[in-house]
Amino acid sequence: MTKSKGIFLAVGGAAIATVLLTALLVNIFERKTEAKNVFYRVVEITDDMDDPAIWGKNFPHQYDSYLRTADMRRTKYGGSEAFPHVPTELDPRDTVSQQKLDEDPRLKIMWAGYAFSKDFREERGHAYMLSDQIFTERQNVTKQPGTCLNCHASTYVLYKKLGDGDITKGFEEMNKIPYKEIVHSVNHPVSCIDCHDPSTMSLRVTRPAFIEGIRAFKATQGIKEYDVNKMATRQEMRTFVCGQCHVEYYFKGADKRLTYPWADGLKADQILEYYKKDGHKDWVHAETGASVLKAQHPEFEMFNQGTHARAGVACVDCHMPYERVGAMKITNHHVQSPLLNINKACQTCHNVPEGELKARAETIQDRHMELRNIAFDALVDYIKDLKEFKDIDLTKTPNKKLADARDLQKQAQFLFDFVEAENSSGFHAPQESARVLGLSIEKVREGQKLVAELRRELKTAK
Amino acid sequence: MSKLNVVFLILFGVVLGLGCYSFIYAKGYSYMSDDPKACVNCHIMNENMDSWIKGTHHHVAKCNDCHLPHNIVGKYAVKALNGFNHSAAFTLQNFPDPIRIREHSLKVVKSSCLSCHQPMVQAMNHGGKNINEETNCLHCHRNVGHVK
Repeated sequence: MTKSKGIFLAVGGAAIATVLLTALLVNIFERKTEAKNVFYRVVEITDDMDDPAIWGKNFPHQYDSYLRTADMRRTKYGGSEAFPHVPTELDPRDTVSQQKLDEDPRLKIMWAGYAFSKDFREERGHAYMLSDQIFTERQNVTKQPGTCLNCHASTYVLYKKLGDGDITKGFEEMNKIPYKEIVHSVNHPVSCIDCHDPSTMSLRVTRPAFIEGIRAFKATQGIKEYDVNKMATRQEMRTFVCGQCHVEYYFKGADKRLTYPWADGLKADQILEYYKKDGHKDWVHAETGASVLKAQHPEFEMFNQGTHARAGVACVDCHMPYERVGAMKITNHHVQSPLLNINKACQTCHNVPEGELKARAETIQDRHMELRNIAFDALVDYIKDLKEFKDIDLTKTPNKKLADARDLQKQAQFLFDFVEAENSSGFHAPQESARVLGLSIEKVREGQKLVAELRRELKTAK
Repeated sequence: MSKLNVVFLILFGVVLGLGCYSFIYAKGYSYMSDDPKACVNCHIMNENMDSWIKGTHHHVAKCNDCHLPHNIVGKYAVKALNGFNHSAAFTLQNFPDPIRIREHSLKVVKSSCLSCHQPMVQAMNHGGKNINEETNCLHCHRNVGHVK
């Protein structure tokens, strides 16, 4: 080896070794630093700031993950694909999600005569909740009230403004104003302020409809004058903040007051019982003339019937699991299907391989979808049966059997829709979903017996 | 001594010094011991340590008693292998979190259970319903060491 070559190798080797060692040293330093820190208050946040970007300055990790709700990914049965959309003057979106009405045309039959039969797309992440509602075709075929904004926008600051600081008063005002007039008063989809108290960051419920609904439900359990913001535990709040919107609801009376029908309980048949007493109907079915109901998205109600709720698990545990960023433990604000994040969402509790957990969940969903399809076919068959009596006006020619048959459509359809509209493809409470679908099929069976009798009667009458 | 050798030695000294400093700064020496504090050198283990302190085995078993084989050769071989894997994973940050135990480490833990409890569970390991599946103590007793 020549001398110069030796020096070259020694210097080069030492340089490489030094680089690697220094890199390691710096990495160890970084890891040690991570373990020290927590959170820096950069800006003062007040109770009037609904812009999540400002909150994000103090909570950059949470904000980053919140922004990722714009992702479009799907699981076997849920989630959404990005479909290109040519922007028009009426609808400037350049991507939309797939049209569910085309995926399953039976939905159009179930909702005949209602705005949902015109446009019903796969639900996207929270980032799209406002724009997807503003630009849905449903806005053009019907006139919506401001009530819709309760769950599609960050409305807390607007409530305060409309109610002079009283959110319940503001809520009542907002509901009365037509959607197209009030929509310009909101700026963001659901944001930090809707679930967090800016002074302490603790969770809070800001939606009067939930405050009233949960009070009515707690009363059924013998708890009087329940005040959710004072009496709920932290773990309960981690479900209640989601339950502010992911529920069954209706617009009560001329004031279009958003109401959660929980005074008889949270189960589908208890809610149906409530509507029976209340007399509420959503629309008259275009193909059968029956007064029917549209179930919304009762994730909160259905989840409460399942084993995870029983075990004290909250929505946030699976849909916004804790994750480590550096040495901090933060709540992931990228709300999504747990199936897209099995390690953090499921394996915190389930000491089982990822593949096995996914297979378990999909087995539940496969079986659920099979039963759901059986129930859906039964319902659609029944709607076809009732078509032949559509022209009979019960106010002119009263017929108890036909009235009952139409009522059975209402019941069967609501029970089916309750399960169908619930986002989890049966996973939140598999046995409860099956029970409700079974009830729906039972209503159809009873109805078809009446139809057979009606056919005989009308034949002999001719 | 030729000038070239002097250069070699100086460079070697610098690298050695930097290496030693990094080793001490990272508390590398603690890995030779059985002290559970060595395991929380990386903060990812904080929760495990916290729950071990409150756990039922706290008075009779430390991390190494369950996670390493009970013979001197196996102990240091596995310690070296795990130590390397852990530091590489923590440096590169490419591991699942919650941490998942590897097949190999699970076997070590299972045999550690037996090394203390063998006399009591002798009969349970024979004629299991599924002969392909070894009896796994942790399947039921998952909280005895630490929660996660």
